[in-house]
Amino acid sequence: MRLFDPHIHMTSRTTDDYEAMYAAGVRAVVEPAFWLGQPRTSPASFRDYFDSLLGWEPFRAAQYGIAHHCTIALNPKEANDPRCAPVLDELPRYLVKDRVVAVGEIGYDSMTPAEDTALAAQLQLAADHGLPALVHTPHRDKLAGLRRTLDVVRESALPTDRVLVDHLNETTVKEAKDSGAWLGFSVYPDTKMDEARMVAILRAHGPDRVLVNSAADWGRSDPLKTREVADLMLAEGFDEDDVDRVLWRNPVAFYGLSGRLALDVTAPDATHEGNSILRGGE
Amino acid sequence: MTHPPTHQPAPRLTRPAEAGAEHDTAPRRSDAARDVAELRAALTARLDTAARRWLDQALDEAAAHPGGHGPISTWELRLAEAGRRCGPDHADAARVLILHAARADADALARVYHQGTADERRAVLRALPGLVPGPDALPLVEDALRTNDTRLLAAAVGPYAARHLDAHQWRHAVLKCLFTGVGTGHVAELDRRARGDAELARMLADYAVERTAAGRPVPGDLHRVLALTEPATASHGPAAPHGKES
Repeated sequence: MRLFDPHIHMTSRTTDDYEAMYAAGVRAVVEPAFWLGQPRTSPASFRDYFDSLLGWEPFRAAQYGIAHHCTIALNPKEANDPRCAPVLDELPRYLVKDRVVAVGEIGYDSMTPAEDTALAAQLQLAADHGLPALVHTPHRDKLAGLRRTLDVVRESALPTDRVLVDHLNETTVKEAKDSGAWLGFSVYPDTKMDEARMVAILRAHGPDRVLVNSAADWGRSDPLKTREVADLMLAEGFDEDDVDRVLWRNPVAFYGLSGRLALDVTAPDATHEGNSILRGGE
Repeated sequence: MTHPPTHQPAPRLTRPAEAGAEHDTAPRRSDAARDVAELRAALTARLDTAARRWLDQALDEAAAHPGGHGPISTWELRLAEAGRRCGPDHADAARVLILHAARADADALARVYHQGTADERRAVLRALPGLVPGPDALPLVEDALRTNDTRLLAAAVGPYAARHLDAHQWRHAVLKCLFTGVGTGHVAELDRRARGDAELARMLADYAVERTAAGRPVPGDLHRVLALTEPATASHGPAAPHGKES
């Protein structure tokens, strides 16, 4: 079984997670730029983060046989902080890089005017750079947030079929599907979706344009949720081709819109019985 | 777990150090030009038609407009996209050629290094020996040597480091290669710089003791480098001074 986690914040995860993910079948991940729990205070902090997403993190992933790509953006939460918003001006030089496969996560958190501005500007950046967009839907007031998101997308230069709306659930899946966007679902231990509800949604709405992710980060979350959804799909009567479609081919198709996916992993040859992450030597 | 590379060897980016070569001077211009021409021919032979066309255009643009105009120069955009245009196995060579075509100086190389992905940084490190005659770009090598990214470490210990890194930093670079598993075959001019280096020999011996005390194997490369630290015999003339001890 080959698995692609299309939304996971590996910066916040350990090498044990990488090892367990590989053992579970994960061979590719996309790490969207997001907030780090602790608010940033300047564009310089974003630059270091983006550099890590394009440097150290793909190196770590490659040592565990996992292809790492990222999406770059100013996230909606920090778009509200005037100390951070100027990083918008620096995004273009990151959006030309290899392995940047979308603009994201963008979208709404509290639906403020500053978030309106950042969302519209970054949808335009996606269109300008030939990239699709990963759009986060808000945790609070989700259905209203989805509707407002889709309105902004429709007014933008980016076609809706180049947008993935993420963190969907039972209340938002139908309108998102009707819009023509790609459909993302985050499966969490306690919040967002769980495996059983995910499989029920797949049965009700079909696997077309559906992506399932763990969205694992620094909070309570589980980087093996993609595998657990795959296992439950098989147990509930979906076949292996359905699983491969949802958990490999759909993310490859969506992020492949960038023309920048490189799924063959070449692990650095220069590791001594393991890897240079073992700082003290093995 | 590790996964062995599956790709074909990419073209050599620098010539091997020549025994008896002048130590502290940059390669002559004609040598550098020949290296670049050979690299381009070797890379071109491996690219498909679309990639070859892209590369030819990128090199022509870089040669015609080496300076910046607008927020980012065209050749810097080409540098960023070389991986997806030429394929990951050929990106290093393509980027080195673009840097040469743009006649990037130490300032430009520092800018694209600091604004680059790990892959772009590696290409900048590999381009240093042909583009920067003096020690101006040493801070980039030092930056790379501070990382734990073995791809950057391997590129950092090339001919530019052999030429300019001071003895203390060079010894730590060699030890870090052993520590992180970067093959010492990546260390340019290892024979010349290691010869007669008693301090390097001490550091290697101490590391071997530490490994042994922990019940861990001593890297095979360690013994090889340790043997190189023997002073030259009389028939080879006096031990070569490092010229960089400070």
